[in-house]
Amino acid sequence: MADAAVFAGILGILYAVVVSGRIWFSPFTPVANISGSPRALPLYAAYSLVRIVIAYLLALVFALAYGLAAAKSDRAAKVLLPLLDILQSIPVLSFLPGVMLAMVALFPGRQIGLELGSVLLIFTGLAWNIAFSFYASLKGIPRELDEAARLYRFSAWQRFGELELPFAAIGLVWNSMMSVAGGWFFLIACEMFVLGKRDFRLPGLGSYLQVAADAGDTRAIVWGMVAMIAVIVLLDQLVWRPVIAWSDKFKFESVEGAAPQSFVLTLLRRSGILASFYRHVIFPMEERVTRRVAVKAGERADSAEAPHKMRQWTGRLVGAAALVALLWLVYRALSTLAQLGSRELLLLTRDAGLTFVRVNAALALGALWAVPAGVWIGTTPRVAKIAQPLVQIAASIPATALFPILLLFLIRAGGGMGIAAMALMLIGTQWYILFNVIAGAMAIPTDLKEASAVFRFPRREQWTHLILPAIFPYLVTGLVTASGGAWNASIIAEYFHFQGQTMSVRGLGAAISSATDSGNLPVLLAATLVMSLIVVTVNRTVWQRLYRLAATRYKLET
Amino acid sequence: MSQTTRNQLATEHITGENGEPILEGRDLEKFYLQPDGGKIEVVSPTNVKIMPGQILALLGPSGCGKSTLLRMLTGLSKPSAGEVLWHGKALDGRTGQERPNVGIVFQSFALFPWLTVMENVEAPLEARGVPALERQKRALRILDAVGLDGFETAYPKELSGGMKQRVGFARALVIEPEVLFMDEPFSALDVLTAETLRGELLELWHGRQIPTRAIFIVTHNIEEAVELADRVIVLASNPARIREDFEITLPQPRSHKSEPFEALVDHIYRVLTQPDTHHELPPETKPTQAQPGTTLPTPRYQMLPHVRAGGIDGFLEILVDHGGREDLHRLSHQLMLEADDLLPIVEACKVLGYVTVELGDAEITEVGRKVAAGDIQARKLLFRDALLAHVPLLQQMASALQAKADGSLPLEFFHDLLAEHFSEEETDRQLRTAIQWGRYAELFEYDSAKKRLTLAKP
Repeated sequence: MADAAVFAGILGILYAVVVSGRIWFSPFTPVANISGSPRALPLYAAYSLVRIVIAYLLALVFALAYGLAAAKSDRAAKVLLPLLDILQSIPVLSFLPGVMLAMVALFPGRQIGLELGSVLLIFTGLAWNIAFSFYASLKGIPRELDEAARLYRFSAWQRFGELELPFAAIGLVWNSMMSVAGGWFFLIACEMFVLGKRDFRLPGLGSYLQVAADAGDTRAIVWGMVAMIAVIVLLDQLVWRPVIAWSDKFKFESVEGAAPQSFVLTLLRRSGILASFYRHVIFPMEERVTRRVAVKAGERADSAEAPHKMRQWTGRLVGAAALVALLWLVYRALSTLAQLGSRELLLLTRDAGLTFVRVNAALALGALWAVPAGVWIGTTPRVAKIAQPLVQIAASIPATALFPILLLFLIRAGGGMGIAAMALMLIGTQWYILFNVIAGAMAIPTDLKEASAVFRFPRREQWTHLILPAIFPYLVTGLVTASGGAWNASIIAEYFHFQGQTMSVRGLGAAISSATDSGNLPVLLAATLVMSLIVVTVNRTVWQRLYRLAATRYKLET
Repeated sequence: MSQTTRNQLATEHITGENGEPILEGRDLEKFYLQPDGGKIEVVSPTNVKIMPGQILALLGPSGCGKSTLLRMLTGLSKPSAGEVLWHGKALDGRTGQERPNVGIVFQSFALFPWLTVMENVEAPLEARGVPALERQKRALRILDAVGLDGFETAYPKELSGGMKQRVGFARALVIEPEVLFMDEPFSALDVLTAETLRGELLELWHGRQIPTRAIFIVTHNIEEAVELADRVIVLASNPARIREDFEITLPQPRSHKSEPFEALVDHIYRVLTQPDTHHELPPETKPTQAQPGTTLPTPRYQMLPHVRAGGIDGFLEILVDHGGREDLHRLSHQLMLEADDLLPIVEACKVLGYVTVELGDAEITEVGRKVAAGDIQARKLLFRDALLAHVPLLQQMASALQAKADGSLPLEFFHDLLAEHFSEEETDRQLRTAIQWGRYAELFEYDSAKKRLTLAKP
């Protein structure tokens, strides 16, 4: 039974890879013909999934390498960490045109260019926080474990496999989950877009939803949403839950606690095929590598002097080359920016202000309803049991998928683009807030609740003395995620091609999108820079401070 | 283990000393350089020889640099000056051959929680490129020796503390180390488990079931050191330096109740409580190095023992109950406090002028009696007077705050002041204690969010 399930799973994966491969290497078709029939949905879902899976694997490899490099050398960390911080705050969607055009040019006549472009874009949405998490884990390895590994002369390979990767595993799993959930947002956005006069459309769930909304086909919209939710739920059940249950063994604790369960994992563990595959293929391979590396490390240690010098010189050369390249890029960027007149800069400042107001209004609106609702759900166990999974699903539906549908309804109801932009940001952000507030409210210790009942705190005091301080750290986490999402969303929310026309409202996101459309490189560069700058500044001045406050004063000590 | 090593070990165990040291630290020193060129010494130049056939115990108050010394000897930490010799050859940490063949047992066990017991024990062998079958054989053999049959597939979190430390021993011994290092190996265990494990270790060692030629154990537990060691080194702190180095000739097994045993424990208590006076060595010992005598290093900034003000009052009350004078060793027994917990309290009472210590006995002073008899307000007043009279750091803090018009200063100001004398870590600890004492004495208030000290309103 277990073996049959495993076999079926492998078959399914193979099929998805084969059909995607056929598309990838087919001739270039910028505008795929998207069928509106629900029958086509499984295939579209498979296309989308393959894209996100490849992007995720790339991001994981990148994150591991980046984290290791930053953790192993203090000098490298001085460059790599701030760089990561900046990369994290650059709006991914402003890369879209550049990356797509470059990739299409790189593989002329083949669909693979377009596909790789979308993979690369999703990658940029996934990689940074996984890298951050891995770096932080490496730095947090307990001293004595590190000493044991050093004293017993673990090779770099053994150290990675038996200490670093296991220790970082839990953080990697959770960040991967969050990243992939965020990745859908970009996946949907880059499956269908317009660059100037050129139309691009990749077969997938995102393009299906957009085409359906464009045509006002309610039946197709409903089917598309069902497929989207099904994919997300299946991914959760078949991938994340088993992975979380499996990663429980990497929990760094000395006492045994209740472990998360997953029926899929139990199934896999019972499978005879997998067990024998491990015994006969994986284990011998692992053994060969480990021993080869162990012997090599011994040899290398004997003659360590010479290569050390050489490595130093190579390092210096690479560093110098990187510096030259960087200086050249900075020069080019500056000379591009120099083309901007003062009027354009003034306009950009106004746009930035408008979007800033919109983003924060969306956050405030989201918090206004999500905090009371979240506290109510979180403190009422009966409701929480039903509501929490629903909220989880709602939160995982990418806002980009909903946008065309939302526009359709707003236009029918007679609303303008300004309301639509705010609404999209709200949709994208409110769930993060709600989700975190529920978690915070559920974590309020019973003894504190009892104390406030015994002292008969009036409602007002209950909120100011107990509830708000207790959920504060969670609320901050929710708001930070929401804020990042809202800025990114502004790029499509303020400027959108819909039903054959361009709908837009003034703002920084619209500035980026319209500059993209018209190929106005100086404005695109300047607007992207301004947005990154705002995000970094707000992070540094507001969010980081609130985080510190949350970690010190509002931490519930156990 | 070959027959010759067995014979060699046998002679080593009998004679106790056998020519060359296995591992030797020469003028080992650890210090941190300050940005302004000054240096903060953590371990002052120290000579240690680990001789074959000996269990060597390194004793000292907590935070005195014992672990730092151990880490320099194992090659885990580079000494700031001096060198470590492995069989007479200098270790420079880079060339593979001269890396010492040593095992280590940690206080926190430091097992990999995601590996089974078996995999944990195999890991050091894997690092040496030992093939899988051979690895399994050796791991099973050592697991059997430490009494872990049947636990091979268990994960560490399924085991009790004692079982975990057994895995720690197995992992250290599986590579057949010449020297077995142990950093407070029994401190995280309950008293009974610790006693069992100590007994088992001695059995393995004296029964020569392990090829280890010397054991180096760091501990703060005086009785543990006297029970196990053939040789004891007592460190004084701030900076760490050898206060005493002697051999114990008392035959094994040693009874905690025997007179020479008690005399030894008592002696070490005296050395630890009055490191600057000379104490005659008790019987059943012989000195190994020229005794450092009473020459002191240059006077250093006073180091506050990390004790809560409430603990001091409690200790005084108990001392009064005992008639005002009591042997510290006996007191620690009755209170079931380890020396490491008791001695800082005694030290604090000494600094404050509440007690005097002589020959391992604590005697309460007149002020001490007043504190013990007083109510909370009286205690606070007396504490405040004692701080201002005897503790330079708190005097400085109080007068600096008074000198300011608004009576308020950032914590950083005092941090920088202390950073000239202590390492970063110790500076933070000193400040934490100073703030706790100052708040209790109502000398000043501290806002932890703003990190500011403000003079208390009278």
